[in-house]
Amino acid sequence: MTTPDAAVARKGPAARTATGRGSGLWRASMARSSVELKSFFRNKQSLFFTLLLPVVLLLVLGSIFSGTVPGTHTDFKQTFVAGIIACGIMSVSFNGLAINIAIERDTGMIRRLASSPMPKTAYFVGKIVRVVVTGILEAVILLAVGVSLFHLPLPATTEHWVTFLWVLLLGAMACSLLAVAFSSVIPNARSAAAIVTLPFLVLQFISGVFFPYSQLPAWMQTIAAFFPLKWMTQGLRSVFLPADFAVVEPAGTWELGRTAAVLGAWCVASLLLTLLSFRWRGANVK
Amino acid sequence: MAAVVDTANPIHVRGLRKRYGNASVVQDVDLEVHPGEVFALLGPNGAGKTTTVEILEGVRRRTGGDVSVLGRDPAEDAPEWRARLGIVPQTTGAYSDLTVREVIEHFAAFYPAPLPVEQAMEMVGLRKQERKQAHQLSGGQLRRLDVAVGIVGDPDLIFLDEPTTGLDPAARLEAWELVRYFADRGKTTLLTTHYLDEVEALAQRAAVIVAGKVVEVGTVAELGGRRDTPAVVSFTRVGRMAGLTLPLLPPDALVDPSDDEVVTLHTHSPTQALAAILPWAAEAGVHELPDLRVQRPTLEDVYLKLISENQGADS
Repeated sequence: MTTPDAAVARKGPAARTATGRGSGLWRASMARSSVELKSFFRNKQSLFFTLLLPVVLLLVLGSIFSGTVPGTHTDFKQTFVAGIIACGIMSVSFNGLAINIAIERDTGMIRRLASSPMPKTAYFVGKIVRVVVTGILEAVILLAVGVSLFHLPLPATTEHWVTFLWVLLLGAMACSLLAVAFSSVIPNARSAAAIVTLPFLVLQFISGVFFPYSQLPAWMQTIAAFFPLKWMTQGLRSVFLPADFAVVEPAGTWELGRTAAVLGAWCVASLLLTLLSFRWRGANVK
Repeated sequence: MAAVVDTANPIHVRGLRKRYGNASVVQDVDLEVHPGEVFALLGPNGAGKTTTVEILEGVRRRTGGDVSVLGRDPAEDAPEWRARLGIVPQTTGAYSDLTVREVIEHFAAFYPAPLPVEQAMEMVGLRKQERKQAHQLSGGQLRRLDVAVGIVGDPDLIFLDEPTTGLDPAARLEAWELVRYFADRGKTTLLTTHYLDEVEALAQRAAVIVAGKVVEVGTVAELGGRRDTPAVVSFTRVGRMAGLTLPLLPPDALVDPSDDEVVTLHTHSPTQALAAILPWAAEAGVHELPDLRVQRPTLEDVYLKLISENQGADS
């Protein structure tokens, strides 16, 4: 640790410019990432609502549903677990991030960061670290619960693993970017959890998480097909269900190419929305 | 050109305007804050102080006017410019789930040459609370944490927007020490406050803003014609003084004729007035003047007068 005098001595025009922008960005990103993870894991609310709620859903609903998918020997729970993993990823990325940003905007954090020389990129690096770490944790927990309690088979081939990873990664990216944009319609920190839960809940019901997608009314399927969660669950069904289950899907195939296209389009659209809506300053930034 | 000299000042503002729709919040504000001074911005709630400060901090856009802060336009929002600013906003921030030390370390990481974290904690008196999480702190302690976050970058120019609101008297004195610490090292401070004793104790110059306009700028001692306002000398006539005419007073002295019992006189030379009055009273056998008072206008008197005059003219 330096003494106050040393701090004064090393200060000056040279010291100020000696720290290049690159190293400043690295240091700021490390500081942001560390704070993101600390506050996530210390906050009981964020731990429960974003990380543990999908696990609870899996345990409770997984214990209710039983039987095999009609005409097959495949446990119905497997389709359900695939959907819950997709929800878990949406939970940590979309719900978690939108609520988190709304709180940071309402409690003065964003304002103070904007008032500091922090490179703006560092803020988003921190958010990415937050979503990646919590997303991996969420996927591992749900996978572990699914495999140990509900006979979920692990992805069978390397190809399945690859699909598993890119669907989660692209899904998390689309949901995170959407969360940043969505946070701007949340008026204050208190209402954040409620406002975020509504679209999440609706999407869960119409995207084939709790009910088989193929049995939903056609208009509901159409609406769901516009949003990322439907494609994430479908992508994960392709990983965990036998290949011949594809015939139940609306298109008769897993449509992995279309899944990538829709999720990619959501990334691009959400990024644009984020660029247009995210504010470092203004009346709503307390 | 004069402008060259002006922009050498850490804060230089000419004709600053801010409008929301049809409402003018700031109108033609001129400000000049000199290097190394503590400059106070005074005014009633809603006068436009915070808007002005936020424009200078680059967190709010202006409608018009020239603004230069440390030689830059705040709207540029340059990181190397931000590194030289210390900002303590009016609202207290919440840093839930992080400890005092973590919050300060986190913000220190953004600056090229921050103060040591220990020193920042020491300066705001939170050394004992360093392991406490922010949500366990009292309101006053949270405010101090806010101040630490603002100054940890060892700024050249500090914006303090009502920094001592909600602090107990001892904590206020600590906050004053902090302001003096930076002033002693030649740093400049722009202070917004409602406490006039704070202004007297800390600031060299002040501006009063009423309804978006600067109505007065000057040294704290001279503000509102304070130095030109006569002192008031008053005492009660007792005993044989009652029938006597007053002695010869300084030429500018004005005696209030409305009251025979209580003598009230206004003069710029209260010492000379007393030098005449005391022997006069002694002759009448009064050696201790009852209710003797010499009042000079306080900053509060001047301030309240300025505000009532200007608000009256506006409405």
